[in-house]
Amino acid sequence: MRSYLLRRLIGMIVVIFLVLTIAFVLVRLAPGDPASLMLGPDASPEEVAALRVRLGLDQPIIAQFGSFLANALRGDLGQSLFFNQPVTTVLASRAEPTIVLALFSLLVALVIATPIGIWAAYRRGSVLDQTSITTAMLAASVPSFLTGLVFQRYLATDLGWFPASGYGGAGAGFTERMRHLILPAITLGITNSALILRFTRASMLDILGEDYVRTARAKGMTERRVVLRHALKNAGIPIITVVGLTFALLVSGAVVTERVFNLPGMGNLVVNAVLRRDYPVIQGTLIVVAALYVLVNLITDLLYLAVDKRVKY
Amino acid sequence: MQTPDDTILSVEGLRVGFGRGAATVTALRDVSFTLGRGKTLALVGESGSGKSVTSLALMGLLPPSGRILSGRLNFRRSDGTVVDLAGLDAAGYRAMRGPGISMIFQEPMSSLNPLFTVGDQIGEMLLLHENVSSAQRDKRVIEMLELVEIPGAAARAKSYPHELSGGMRQRVMIAMGLICNPALLIADEPTTALDVTIQAQILDLMRRLQKELDMSILFITHDMGVVAEMADQVAVMYAGAVVEQAGVLDLFDHTRHPYTQGLLASIPRDDLVDGERLVPIPGSVPSLTALPSGCAFAPRCSHAQPECHRPVSLEEKASGHLSACIFDFAGAA
Repeated sequence: MRSYLLRRLIGMIVVIFLVLTIAFVLVRLAPGDPASLMLGPDASPEEVAALRVRLGLDQPIIAQFGSFLANALRGDLGQSLFFNQPVTTVLASRAEPTIVLALFSLLVALVIATPIGIWAAYRRGSVLDQTSITTAMLAASVPSFLTGLVFQRYLATDLGWFPASGYGGAGAGFTERMRHLILPAITLGITNSALILRFTRASMLDILGEDYVRTARAKGMTERRVVLRHALKNAGIPIITVVGLTFALLVSGAVVTERVFNLPGMGNLVVNAVLRRDYPVIQGTLIVVAALYVLVNLITDLLYLAVDKRVKY
Repeated sequence: MQTPDDTILSVEGLRVGFGRGAATVTALRDVSFTLGRGKTLALVGESGSGKSVTSLALMGLLPPSGRILSGRLNFRRSDGTVVDLAGLDAAGYRAMRGPGISMIFQEPMSSLNPLFTVGDQIGEMLLLHENVSSAQRDKRVIEMLELVEIPGAAARAKSYPHELSGGMRQRVMIAMGLICNPALLIADEPTTALDVTIQAQILDLMRRLQKELDMSILFITHDMGVVAEMADQVAVMYAGAVVEQAGVLDLFDHTRHPYTQGLLASIPRDDLVDGERLVPIPGSVPSLTALPSGCAFAPRCSHAQPECHRPVSLEEKASGHLSACIFDFAGAA
């Protein structure tokens, strides 16, 4: 177990190093000089030269890479060109809505998907099975911007139950901020529930046909106990995988949903950074998201271990 | 019908169908047998003859597409009252499984839940059927594991199924099946998946436990060697019906049904003289959707006559010896 963790740690370091390398190369792969690219066509040669020095672009490429890595290790991902603030500060201020939204919407997705998935598998082929699968697919195949707009129109504007957009403005309290995340979370949750539902159903279908489920029935327990204790725990492993991946995907920025609900999250940040050619911010987001992916993957694998004692690392 | 006091289970005219309406396939056409208290009845037949369906019907564990069409499954509970299992509702069946009838399955490798310890899984039986404290439960689980001769029982209770061998897992299944002291144990080919040496150990164990715990066993198998070793009574199944039932010695010595005769003639024996050949039964088991009228075995039977197309039922040909053949071939193998 300890050697497994060590191996995983080394693996994570390798992945992060590769991501850093890619992030470094990416900016320099863009056609033309990064400094003039960043400043745009209207910049004077003096400005470009000044930025080159500031970014260290006058140094040899190896030296540039070295100082880039050294800075990254110290947690310095450079300076945002647009905000004139450290990239880490910019990212940190945008992390809360994105991460909380990811958690909320995952919760919504799970609340919708797991009971329906289990029930549909249990009553496979029934009208309920087919209806629930079709409805879920329909809900998921409607683009999230449309679902979002419909919710805004009816639940926010007409009924006034929830705020329609934004994050409560500067100085808004915690409750107020969370209130602004309810509609986006439902929107994203519905979209992401379809995949989890399909996985839950497929996984439960497999497990319900297993010999040990028949054994459980032969022991004289209720169907509820057969399904929720003996089958669900076994079906949980593929479900954990897809939930982990969904979460990683959500954290990397629900760009469209953040756009529709005008949330100051990382998705919105990165879109704006691309439009503004704010390369350090793009670079920084890439690194942070990659690190989150790696972390979520590790947590997923450790969860397998907790659920299934046959898994040996 | 009255069930004699020494009868624990009497199955009368059990019919089981799969599918709905016109598409119903009758998997069991006419299964009848009786099992005496403290005795072992072997239910034998080829694959697809309906042995396992019979056991699942008894446990109320038929898959959703299957249902009992008719018949009575009279089971004598330990308090002496007789209940027709076919008439039980879901809750009644749940209460019956475990303390009344227990079942062990063919595949010990896949019949235990991989995510719970074996102690958990055995103890769950007590949790479901008896009101005992968790300390009491642990104690009984360890006693039970000792009874099925698992070395280091206390430590083994904390093992997961994948940490045990096939033979050990089958012992665990037996411990689980017996912990609530069932009146009847259904064993569906419990040794088929095991090595021959392990097989002998498990059969020994079952015989010993049967005496100690005074239970009846319905032993499902296709292995005539196991039948000879385990059974008091034998019921032979063919194409969804019992064609012959008799005491085990009577059946081997005075085989009455041509199918049983064919079955016995096709077993590899060590008393075969050099050059003597096994006699296979010609043809194959008919499809359940295209059964001949009358005797289902007639198309493969060397004694078949035109009368064999008349309906036939299980009749007592000699004391305690029933055969579903219009002729009586006692002893003529």
